[in-house]
This record gives sequence, structure tokens and C-alpha cells, in this order.
Amino acid sequence: MRETPLSNCERRFLLRAVREGKRLDGRQCYDYRNVRISFGPDRGCCVVELGRTRVLGQVSCELVPPKPNRATEGILFFNLELSPMAAPGFEPGRQSELLVKLNRLIERCLRNSKCIDTESLCVVAGEKVWQIRVDLHLLNHDGNIIDAASIAAIVALCHFRRPDVSVQGEEVTVYSPEERDPVPLSIHHMPICVSFAFFQQGTYLLVDPSEREERVMDGLLVIAMNKHREICTIQSSGGIMLVMDQVLRCSKITAVKVAEITELIQKALENDQKVRKEGGKFGFAESIPNQKITAFKMESAAVDTNNVEEQAEEIITKADPPSEVFATPILHAPGTAQIGEGIENSWEDLEESEREEEVEEEGESEAATSECQRMETEDTSTISKDKDEPIVLSDSEEEEVVILEPQEVPNKTRTQTTSKQENTSKKTFNKRRRKKRAAR
Amino acid sequence: MAEGGKMAAGSGKMAAEAAVGQVVLPGDVLLLPARPGHDAEQLPLGSEAAPRGRLLCGPGLRRCAAGLLVTKCGLLRHRQPGGGGGAAAGGAYWVDSQQKRYVPVKGDQVIGIVTARAGDVFRLDVGGSEQASLSYLAFEGATKRNRPNVQVGDLIYGQFLVANKDMEPEMVCIDSSGKASGMGVIGQDGFLFKVSLGLIRKLLAPKCEIIQELSQLYPFELVLGMNGRIWVKAKTVQQTLIIVNILEACEYMTSEQRKQALAKLSGN
Repeated sequence: MRETPLSNCERRFLLRAVREGKRLDGRQCYDYRNVRISFGPDRGCCVVELGRTRVLGQVSCELVPPKPNRATEGILFFNLELSPMAAPGFEPGRQSELLVKLNRLIERCLRNSKCIDTESLCVVAGEKVWQIRVDLHLLNHDGNIIDAASIAAIVALCHFRRPDVSVQGEEVTVYSPEERDPVPLSIHHMPICVSFAFFQQGTYLLVDPSEREERVMDGLLVIAMNKHREICTIQSSGGIMLVMDQVLRCSKITAVKVAEITELIQKALENDQKVRKEGGKFGFAESIPNQKITAFKMESAAVDTNNVEEQAEEIITKADPPSEVFATPILHAPGTAQIGEGIENSWEDLEESEREEEVEEEGESEAATSECQRMETEDTSTISKDKDEPIVLSDSEEEEVVILEPQEVPNKTRTQTTSKQENTSKKTFNKRRRKKRAAR
Repeated sequence: MAEGGKMAAGSGKMAAEAAVGQVVLPGDVLLLPARPGHDAEQLPLGSEAAPRGRLLCGPGLRRCAAGLLVTKCGLLRHRQPGGGGGAAAGGAYWVDSQQKRYVPVKGDQVIGIVTARAGDVFRLDVGGSEQASLSYLAFEGATKRNRPNVQVGDLIYGQFLVANKDMEPEMVCIDSSGKASGMGVIGQDGFLFKVSLGLIRKLLAPKCEIIQELSQLYPFELVLGMNGRIWVKAKTVQQTLIIVNILEACEYMTSEQRKQALAKLSGN
């Protein structure tokens, strides 16, 4: 997979930002990104995060015959891996130029500075020594791999415990952790790398460059130092000419940064030691920040629930009592049945309300009159009533609908309860009419 | 989530309607409602058997014999038919998932970086597995003589004409009527950065709150590509950086946190 190319506008913007003294993540020129150190469940396993750059360090040991020219010294072995998981541009199993450069720098920083006492790793001179292997895996690449890797390597070495051994004559016994507590490596000092990126032939200087800053920089200076202000390694790349003042300033900044990072490492190691002793929870899972992706989240609309109960009670008290419920099934036509009449729409055509009325009449076990007879009586009543009380209204169905209309039009989309109310109001109206008819 | 558990324990088959809004996993089969009077072995003849509209099968889903086969894990989404757009007259199902790797889709508008000029085509990096090609004639008003001024490293906003898993994707910077309609070479200033595809979809949703709130701060230009790339240009470097950082942080911020952050900014 190819590396994502850097566009012209990014390059131009980054250089402009550097000139104005601004950085992408809001840091100042001499600011280091946040360093986070977390330990795995096993000894000698750690993850170091430098901003979004993550490096996993794992230390392992093994008894091997020593090198013939150094019969009394243990062997230190460092290996940094750049996997495609870190960035799509990295290819697996290939020794790229960058990887070789980084591996050499790590070795120079940690082995050649003699930070670990290799003579204490000897078991039987010339026959058996400990080989300490430090594997570093880049998990995510966001610039400044060398700093993160050097911190991860030294933290993993400090955290590591090797099994205890005893020599009795010719016999070498390796004790398991249950038999004898494993012993830590003897570490003299902790060298830590600090990188500086230079822009415009050394005019501008940035500490701890991010991935994009690394891509537009002119030159890089890496200084490895311990907290005693001893320079372990210094390397300049990119082929720029640096003024002496600039290098001195860099070494002063390095001293400050190394002091801070060393303190952080010691604090992290102490914390882990305490947690392990107390039997608390430890491991990577405990140290992963809880970040939630909110991109798919749907926020529900805010509802005011302050005086819901009062409002609901008010509505209930104001409402008409619900209609009687018919528990027995009602047959509209052969093959259909209805229990009760809950949510029936009151906006029906005339025939349906007529039928409803009919059904009710049957339910109340009134004397059944034939349809045509009733129609006749109704007709006569209209004529007679019209003369006596013209305002009390006729019984014509059409007019009934007209009266209800202005009330019901806005109610059309209301909920179940309101439609019930309408039903009841209509029913009472019908009943009244029926009574009137009976009186006649 | 009770439903999700049931699904995992069972055969992994469930009705598509019931799974909308739920988490689906690769291998799940979503059953589509059978059309009345439609028999699989019978050819649909006459008007009564004709489907009401085509069902659109979005990202993360594949057709199979029983219905839809889920190929990505995420939340199942559904759009009701009749929401405009003739292609999805029968509604659309898709899986909303969190990913960073872009896969070209026909019609998507993306931001590409020119990596090479090869003869009469440009090669564009769009973040997919393969580079896309863009003909120099696919710009508004471009002719054999009148070539667009595009340099290697420039940004181009265009849409996919061909996006096929077996073929090289092809982009154009004109719509079907030959107009640019906003596409073409993006200016030399501004800044490009990348966010996850889920966030881009959220930002591109109509009436997106984030964009509306940001636009209250100060004027700026913004181009959102479906491939997760965002180009921003404001008056100063500082203002551009603020927009970049807010948009990057939106991935993990709730709306209240975002409102607080914006209130702090507008107060200054």
C-alpha cells in the first residue's frame, strides 16, 4: 500500500504555521506531546504513547553461550518493527532505510551508552550468559518514532524481572517465579532520545515533530541524554548546517525534557509496583482511555417533564367520562365481528352512524321497529316540530353533521381519547333524540 | 440489545424491518418481506406481480438468496421509499459503521491528491486501495487545446464515474450536463486533514448541527469529501487550526461538550 502523498496546500500551510510559531495541535515550539506509559499484565511489557504515536515494548530473556571475545558479558539485543498497522506506507518484513536508521540509533542509545550492566548477566563465564532481547513494535505512527521507541525500551527494561539462577559446581539451577522472586536487571542510568526538527536551514526549531511536520522538515537532530546531563548519542540528519548556538540550545532543552520524562517513568514504575503489591487491577485494559464515538449518536429531543403529573390530571378531570364498553361481540355483517367500539372514527358517512344507532337500540332491548316505519315517523316529526320549535332543530341527519363540524375539524388528528369523547358526545345527542322520539 | 443477543444465538436470520437501528454482524441474513402473490419459482407476469420499486442495497450489505447478507458490523439503517431520488423508490438499507479506509463508490464526491500526470490522464490518490484516474478533458470547458492547470500535489474535488471492484476507479470534475457545479481544482491555500468516514457522513447530513454552529464563529471555506478528507480555509492560520481541531474532536464529543467548547471560543 502506498503512503498517502502530502499535498502542496498542506506543505504550504505547515511551513506558514511554523513561521508564525503555531503547531497543528496547539503546542508551542518547545512543547513535548503528552507521554503516557502503561504496563501489561506480564513483567517487561509496556506501551508508550507519545501523542498518537504508540510503541509496544516487550523484553524476554534466554540462557545462551556468550560471544567468544566477551566471555563474561551478557548479550543485549534490540529490534524495532514497523508494521503496516502503524501506517499503510510501511511494508512488513522489509528493511527500509528508515527502519535500519532507527534500529541503529536505538542500539547506539541503549547498548553503547552502557546503561545496563552486562557483566551481571553472566551465569557461567564462557558457557552461559543471559541474552536480553527487547522487541519494539510501532502500533501507530504519528511522528517521532525514535523518542517513543527509546522510552518504551528503557521502561520495558526497568520493568523486566529475570528468573533467579544459582550455580553449584557445574550445576546451574533456574528458579521459577514461585520458588524464588525474579530479579530486576541492574540499570545504571536511563538514556532518553529527544528529537528536534529544523526548518528553513535551521532558522526555526520544533521539539517532538509530528508526522506531518516530519514530512516538511529540512533536518533532524536527535540527542540522547540521561538525567545526569550526560549526552549518550547525538545524531544529525537531513544534511543541514547547524550553528553552534543552536546545538547548545538543543542540548539544554534536552536536559529539561529528559528530567521530566525520567520523573514520569519513575512515577509510572512506582505506581505499577504498588498496584501489583496490593493485588489491584493492572494491565493494558485498565489504562485505555474510555472514548466514545459520537458520530452515530442520535440525540432525543428534550422534553419538559417538570409538571407532567399536574398537566395529566388536569386533562383527565376536564375530559368527559369514557363511553360504555360493550364486551359482547357485535355483528356488523355476516363474517365480521367487533368487540367494543374504542377507536372508531366519528367521521363516518351517514349510513354507518345510522347502523350504530340501530345496534345500540338492539342492545338496550327496545322494541324493534322496522327501518321504513321509523323513517316515516321521523319525516312527520320534522314537519310538525318545525312549526313549534324551529331552533331546537330537526332530526335530519345532514344537519346533525353540519352542527358538529366546526368543533370537529381541528380535532381530526387527535389521539384516541379525544375521538372517544366525540363518540360519546354524539351518542348522548343520539340518545336525547331517541328519548324525544319515545316521548312522542 | 436483547434482540441482538437473540440473533447471535439463533441462526442469524431476522426480518430486515425488525433489525433497523440494531447492531448487525457480518454473516447475519436479513429477510425481506415477501411480496403478496410473489412466488420465487414463478416469473412475475402481469401488473399485479410487478415490484413497487427497486430496493437499494447500501454499503455493508449484499444480496443473497434469502434476502440481504450483512458484510460489515454496525448499525442497520433504513430510508423509507418516496424520500426523493428515483433510484431508491423502494427504500434503502445500509450499515452505518466506523471505519477509516475508504472504498470508492460510484457517484461519491471526494477530495483527491494528484500524484502523477500520465499522458492525458492524472493519477489521484483518494485513500482507496488503488489510485483513481482523471482525464484532463473531464473539467468544465476543457478542450484538447485548453488544458486545466493542474500540478502534482494539487487537490481536486471530483466525483466517481466508475467505481468497480475489478476496475480502476475513474473520476470526473463535471456533472452530467457538463457543468463544474463546485468541482475542480481546490485553491492553493487552506489545509487538508482526514477524519473517520462515520464523522464525514454525519457532517454531510442535511442540517448538520456541527457545521451550523461552526458557521456562527467566523467565515471560512470548507470542502468535505466522502473519503474522509476535509479541506478548510479561514482568514488566518490560527482560525484554520481552530476549525481543524474542533472537527477532529467532534468524533468523541457529545453535543453539550461541543457547545461548551464553541461558547468558549466565541467568548474570546
